[in-house]
Order: sequence, then structure tokens, then C-alpha cells
Amino acid sequence: MVLLSLAIWIPIVAGLAVFATGGDRRAPLQRWLALTGAVLGFLVTIPLYTGFDIQSAGIQFEQRIPWIERFNIWYHLGVDGISVLFVLLNSFITVLVVIAGWSVIDSRVGQYYGAFLVMSGLLNGVFSALDAVLFYVFFEGTLIPMFLIIGVWGGPNRVYAAVKFFLYTLFGSLLMLVAMLYLYNKSGGSFAILDWHKVPLELRVQTLLFFGFLFAFAVKVPMWPVHTWLPDAHTEAPTGGSVVLAAILLKLGAYGFVRFTLPILPDASKDLAWLMIVLSLIAIAYIGLVTLVQTDMKRLIAYSSVSHMGFVTLGFFIFNAYGVEGGLVQMISHGFVSAALFLCVGVMYDRMHTRMIGDYGGVVNTMPKFASFMMLFAMANAGLPATSGFVGEFMVIMGTMKASFWLAFVAASTLVLGAAYTLWMYKRVIFGAVANANVAALKDLNWRETTVLTALAAAVLFMGVYPLPFTEVMHASVNELLKHITVPKT
Amino acid sequence: MSWMDFLSHLRALPEVLLLVGTCVVLMVDVTSRDPQRRASYWGAQATLLACLLATLYVAYESEGTRRLIFYGLFISDLMSHLLKVVSVLAVSVALVYSRQYLLDRGLLRGEFFTLLLFALLGMMVMISAASFLTLFLGLELMSLCLYAMVALNRDSALSTEAAMKYFVLGALSSGLLLYGMSMIYGATGTLNMYEVSTHVTRLSAIASDRIFLVFGLVFVVAGLAFKVGVVPFHMWIPDVYHGAPTAVTLIVGSAPKLAAFAMAVRLLVSGLPDLAQDWQQMLALLALLSMALGNIAAIAQSNLKRMLAYSTIAHMGFMLLGLLSGVVEGNRLNMPEAYSSALFYVIVYVLMSLGAFGMLIYLSRAGFECENLDDVQGLNRVSPWTAFLMLVLMFSLAGIPPTAGFYAKLAVLSAAVNAGQIWLAVAAVLLSLVGAFYYLRVVKLMYFDEPKGTLTLGGRSAGYALAANGLALLFFGILPWPLMNACFEAIKASF
Repeated sequence: MVLLSLAIWIPIVAGLAVFATGGDRRAPLQRWLALTGAVLGFLVTIPLYTGFDIQSAGIQFEQRIPWIERFNIWYHLGVDGISVLFVLLNSFITVLVVIAGWSVIDSRVGQYYGAFLVMSGLLNGVFSALDAVLFYVFFEGTLIPMFLIIGVWGGPNRVYAAVKFFLYTLFGSLLMLVAMLYLYNKSGGSFAILDWHKVPLELRVQTLLFFGFLFAFAVKVPMWPVHTWLPDAHTEAPTGGSVVLAAILLKLGAYGFVRFTLPILPDASKDLAWLMIVLSLIAIAYIGLVTLVQTDMKRLIAYSSVSHMGFVTLGFFIFNAYGVEGGLVQMISHGFVSAALFLCVGVMYDRMHTRMIGDYGGVVNTMPKFASFMMLFAMANAGLPATSGFVGEFMVIMGTMKASFWLAFVAASTLVLGAAYTLWMYKRVIFGAVANANVAALKDLNWRETTVLTALAAAVLFMGVYPLPFTEVMHASVNELLKHITVPKT
Repeated sequence: MSWMDFLSHLRALPEVLLLVGTCVVLMVDVTSRDPQRRASYWGAQATLLACLLATLYVAYESEGTRRLIFYGLFISDLMSHLLKVVSVLAVSVALVYSRQYLLDRGLLRGEFFTLLLFALLGMMVMISAASFLTLFLGLELMSLCLYAMVALNRDSALSTEAAMKYFVLGALSSGLLLYGMSMIYGATGTLNMYEVSTHVTRLSAIASDRIFLVFGLVFVVAGLAFKVGVVPFHMWIPDVYHGAPTAVTLIVGSAPKLAAFAMAVRLLVSGLPDLAQDWQQMLALLALLSMALGNIAAIAQSNLKRMLAYSTIAHMGFMLLGLLSGVVEGNRLNMPEAYSSALFYVIVYVLMSLGAFGMLIYLSRAGFECENLDDVQGLNRVSPWTAFLMLVLMFSLAGIPPTAGFYAKLAVLSAAVNAGQIWLAVAAVLLSLVGAFYYLRVVKLMYFDEPKGTLTLGGRSAGYALAANGLALLFFGILPWPLMNACFEAIKASF
């Protein structure tokens, strides 16, 4: 099946084409070209969902071509119930990002769209690669466009943020590379991730490898205490960059845990689950508190992302179906909600050129439509039932409750904290009297912004009311994973 | 001389053609009055082309067989063909890059062509050396030409100082190497590396003889380390790279690395495989120190040429990782993989080094040297395409996929991990993280900052060569297997 290849290469080729069209004189052409590429890229992923066999836990839409035979490296693509949704999510978000940047980006348009499309293709590659080197190439390859996106189109402190982002994530991935090479050696010369699932390893070795992978994934998630790059990168990135960072790039780390750490190193994972749970709870509770005191809206959402991703890692290392599925659902929901919130901040930033909460107040008076959209997303971020944010959190808390009451108690603190920081921000920005003349002059959403936010609002509500289409896809694969983990490999 | 003898000497055809061509260029240049030296330039390129075709012909004709000719002085095997092809190409590309640069500075004189071609001849002799004698002959031919080329701009104090340093330290290192060779000769009674190898197998079992051999080995490794340029024998590199005209830095920093690699392989792997345990330990230390010092010192540089010089030191340390992973506890199974990874690394490095210095030349013009970090500031505003090429070069040097530099690192690290050198591999990746910082800084300057002065681009032919060079790195970053396989076959057929 070439569908996955198309999902990877259509955006990349479109991105290179946009890049090659030249300077800003051709900006309109570049925008349409980018939109075409993004939409085509999204369309080819739809058969991945409609044609997906939910009964099977195996790899579907597989494609396997020899690539570097010297090292037994294959161009091996395929998705299972865990990864298929992320390919869709990514392609969907890419379309929105292209539309969202339509009139906002007016300098180096071709390079902006080129970078986004190339990154979108690479991200699809990460989620569908079944060969470790291929995975690594895509995983690392995403650094280059993201580095440029933050650094070229970002805010005032963008250089610091871009370099920090790059070096932090590179640090993690380089250790992962050594771990991969070790597994290559141990497995008798195979880079196939599925082969690695079967390689027997002693606990001591597993523990070392666990840390090798942990750095790579923990930095990407990001887990406390290696999360400090995220607020900087998010805050300084342009709106589209923040959206992709929050919605997709953060998922790479969590995805890595499910694809590599849990199945390849099950014993070390269980052995060190306490560490992961403690780190996740710190992220949930402590970062939740940190979020409360933020004065910059983007920073606030960035910290809330760290806190929400804590739920994901917590769910994974509880080792029951509720936890793992809840974590995956939370990842997708967070993809929608954080993307929407960053777009909302972007909408205001484009008009006012400030992200400070203190500069706003009474926005509802001038932008009523916008205020109602943002209300919905704020509620979803706080985990209100009937929004997508509720489903994942609820499942993870339920899974945690099965493991231990007190863990669940700490995790549930997010329901209070999340509501507190999101709604408090919402109140200060949207309600109250009109704060100043700038706010008074605000114009409500244009049709382009309305389209983007409507699409996300529909997704958030649909997933909140009827999550079955999402969970049934992952069910078989998650059960298979959990069964696999129960068998010790030592 | 019988007909068969003559045929077997055909294996040295590339060298013969190069020597003849060089002499012709020399004579042509003496009579030429053209300030642009068109005749010499095209003569040199034609010689290189002939040499390239001859190498390819010999490689094709030999069908991968290995043969010693000239009474065991000269070896012709797949590895030598591959290295020669890359060296000739590198020199040819270097000529394209540097023509306009040298012309603008009044340095495009006949000596440049002659010295360059003789240096290449030296490299080719080194690459094919099967005896200590030929090795040293080639080494000195190459080095003497390079010393003179560094001083090409004789009115520049910086250049002459660099040449002086290069010469003194180079002579010292040649002395060390020669001393080590004489010790080994004393122990084994032969200069031919393959005969040395059989004697060493016998002698290394005897403790007293082994000590004697290891004593010689220390000097050989020290001499090698000087030529390759690894810590603590690296002191000449930053000064020479900085002081020489960029066109000469381009040459010093590219093809000679291939010859140095060949020298290391011939001396250590062909000559002294039974002492692998000893020299691998030495190389491990050298590699670790080079990666550490090279990467850390490069951060402090504000001059691009100096930065690239320190990055060379770090890269050569990385390359040594491959060389030291061949023999694991007396087991030689890992050899083809390990040495081919080092070979791949050095070829990719030469490509990157050519591109990086070529870029500096491309951005320089009459009266302006592009050599400081802020000189590339805002390049993306001036020419997005050139900035993109530089981006590829920098990420390739940093080893980020999808560029060839990543696979070079992958291959070498894989060899190290297979040899059980896991902690060395971890140290290597951590130090390459340090390295990523200064490459990123260049990208940052090009993309994130606004242009400071007026940047101009070089001539069209250099532009095409640069594009080919950058795209080759990208091509080998997506499909690395043709080059990887070539390296593997070359090493497998040679040992």
C-alpha cells in the first residue's frame, strides 16, 4: 500500500515546490500551492481510517522496500491502531495551520509554508515508520524545519528559544541513537522495531536502554524536569509553529514510549514505573500550579500542555487498558484543544500584538463570536464533560484509581487546577469592562478564522460526546500491547 | 621488460598520466602570458580528467583484484581506486572553486597548478603505498607542496607564519613517523608492509620483541596523528587553516585527509594488525581527546575558518572511532564493517569540507574575505538558495538527518557499538551535541539575522559546483547505500 508513502511525500514535495517558487512576489501562488498540498495530504489519509480493520491488532497499510541493505535498513511503513490516528491528526492540523497563516504571514511566505509542509510529511513519517533508522531520520528531521520556524518567524526572544529547543531535543535523540545501535547489535543485525519487541534482554541492560530512550522521549513529551524548553519555544514561535508544536510534536515523545519503551523494555518499564508515575504527577500537580501564575497567554497554555501531557505518561505507566487508552485519547484531544487555544491567542495577537493577559479585558464586548469559541476550548482544556478533554482525563483517572487511590487523588487535582488556570485566564481576558482603546477597536473573526475554529470546535465536541470512533480503533492494538508487556523478557 | 610486465605496470597509469600532465602544465605555464592562466587551468583540469578516467579504467580492468607491483612497493586494490577517484574529484572541484578567488588576489600563478598537481601525485602515491619507502616518498611530496601552497600569498604575515608552523611541525612529525618505521624495520628486517605483517605475527608472541615493536608503534601513531590532525598533535591545524588563503585551506582540508586515512589503514591495519590491541587503545584516547577539544574549542571561535579547523579535529576523532573498532579481543570479524565505516566517514567529511570552504570562497570577493562568523549574517535575505546549501552543509557537519553526515556518524557509531565500545559511543554522541551548537550558530546567523554589509555571490561555475556539492550531501542523505556499498566492497576486497 502506498497510502502512507503518499501521506509522507505529498506534503514534502508540495513544500519543496512552494520553497522553489521563489520570493514574496509569488506569495498568492505559494499560499494556494501550500493549501493544495495540505488538503491533498489530508485526503490521502482518510482511507487510512475508513479502510482500517479495527478487529486486527497488527500492522496495516504496510509497505516494505529495502533501503540501506548494508545495515539491513528498510523503508518500512505501516500503522496500527495506536499510530493511525496521529497520521490523521497531523494531516488535519496541517490544513488548519496553512489556513491560519494565510494573511498573517507576509514575509518569506514560501519558506514558511515550505517548512510547515515538509515538517508535516516528516511527522507522518515518524508515526508510520517501522524501521528504527527510518524513525530516527524522520524524528530528527523535524528539528530542522521547526528550528527555522521558531527562529525566523518567532517573537523577540526567538533565537534563544530556537537554539534551546534544538539542543534539548538533539541531546535526547542522540542517546536514543546509541540505544538503537545497541539493540541492532543485540537483535543480530535488525533495525525492525517489531523484531526488537521479541529480543530478550536482561533487566540491567533493559534499564540502561530505558534511560537511553527516556531522555529522547521525555524531552519531547516534555516531562518534568526537562520541560523548560517548551514554554520558551511555544511562546516565541509564530502561531502556526505553536500549534504544530503542541498538537503534534509533543505527541512524538509519548508515541515513542508506546512504540519503543513499553514493548521493547517491558521489565524495565515496570521496574521504573514508579519513577515515571512520580514525574508525571509532579508535571500534573506542580506544573498545574506554575500555570496559575503565568501572565503571558501562550506561556500559560504551554505550561498547561506540560500538565496535560503528564496525564498521558501517567496513563501509560499504569499498565491497564483504561490508562493506556486514556493516555492515547488524551493525546488526540490535547492535539485539538491546544491547537485551538493557540489559534485563539493567535487571533488576538494578530490584532493587538501582545500576549499579555493584563493588556486585555472585556474582549467579549467587541468579539462575541470569538468569545464563544474560546469559551468552548477553555472548557475543553479544563476537562468539562461533553468535551474531548474530559474523556482522556477521566479514563486515565479511572485507570489510576484501579492502581491506587492516592495516585488518582493527586492526578485528579488537575480537574481543580485546570479549571482554575484556564477559566481565570478566560475571565481576565474576555469578561469585564473593555480594558482600553485597543480592545475597543477589535474586530470579530473573519471567515477564515471562523472556518478553522469551527472545524476544531466540531472535533472537540464530537470527541467529547461520542468518543467511540476514536477508541475502537485503538482497542485491539492496546490490548495486544498490554498482553505483550505481561510476558517478562529477561 | 616483457609485455606482461608492462601490462601489470598499467596499474600505475593514473600516476604516470598525472606526472606527465603536470610537467606539461608546468611547461605550458612558463610560456604563457595570459593573466587569467586559461591554458594552465584547463590543462590542469584535463590532466585531472585523464587521471580520473585512467583510475576508473584500472579499477574496471582489475575486477577488484589486489596486486603488488614495482617489486612490492606499490599496491593497487579497490580501496586505492576509490580513494584516488575521490581525491582527484576533490582536487578538480577545489580548482573550480578557487579560480576566481585566486585571480582576484593575484595569486593565480603557475606555481599553484603545479604544486597542486604534485601534491595530488603525492597523495596518490601514499594511497597506493605498500612499503614504508613509498609511503614516506608520497607523504613528503604531498607535504612539501602543501607547505609551499600555504605560503602562496607571500606578502601576508599570517600566511607565512602559518606555512612556517606547518613546515616545522610537519617536519617533526615526519621525523617521528620515520623513527617509528625504522624501529619496526629493525625488528622485522623489511620495509614492505605485508611482509612486516607476517613477521609481526611471529614476533608479537615474544614479549621482548613485542615491547620493541610497540615502542616503534608509538612513534608511528604519533606521526600519523600529526598528519591526520588529532589531539594532542593538532596544534598546526587552526593556524594553518586560518593563515592560508581560503583556496589553499580548501585543499589542505579536503583531499589530504583521504591520503592520511589510507596511510593509517596501510600502516596499522595492513602492517601491524597483530598489535591492534595496542594501537586501538592509543586511537581511542586520541579520538576522545579530539572530539572533546575540537568541539569545545570550536565554540569559542569567531573566525569561520578557525571554527572549521577545530571541527576538522573533532571529525577526525570521530573517524578514528571506526578505525579502532576493527579487532575485538583478537577477533577480526568486525574489520570490514569498521574500516568501511571510517572510509565512508572520511569521504563524506571531504565532501562537507569542500563544500564549507567552497562556500567561504564563493562569498568572498576582491578585497573582501568571508571568514568571520558575522560575514554570513542574513545570507538568506541575499540568496535563499545559497543559504539553503549552507544549511545543508552545516546540518551535515552536525550529523542531522537527512544529510550524508548523519549516516557517516551512524556507520561509525554502529561499528563502535558492535565492538563493545558503548561508553566511547555515548561520549562521542554527547560531544557531537556540543558540536551541533556552533553549526547551529551559523544557521542562526544566516536565517535569523538581517544582513549587515553587502554580501555578494561568486562566479557561475563555482555556483554550480557548490550546488552539486550540497545536493550530493542531500542525495547521500536520502540514498546513502551506493557510497556505503562502494566503501564496504573496497575494504572487503583489500583485506
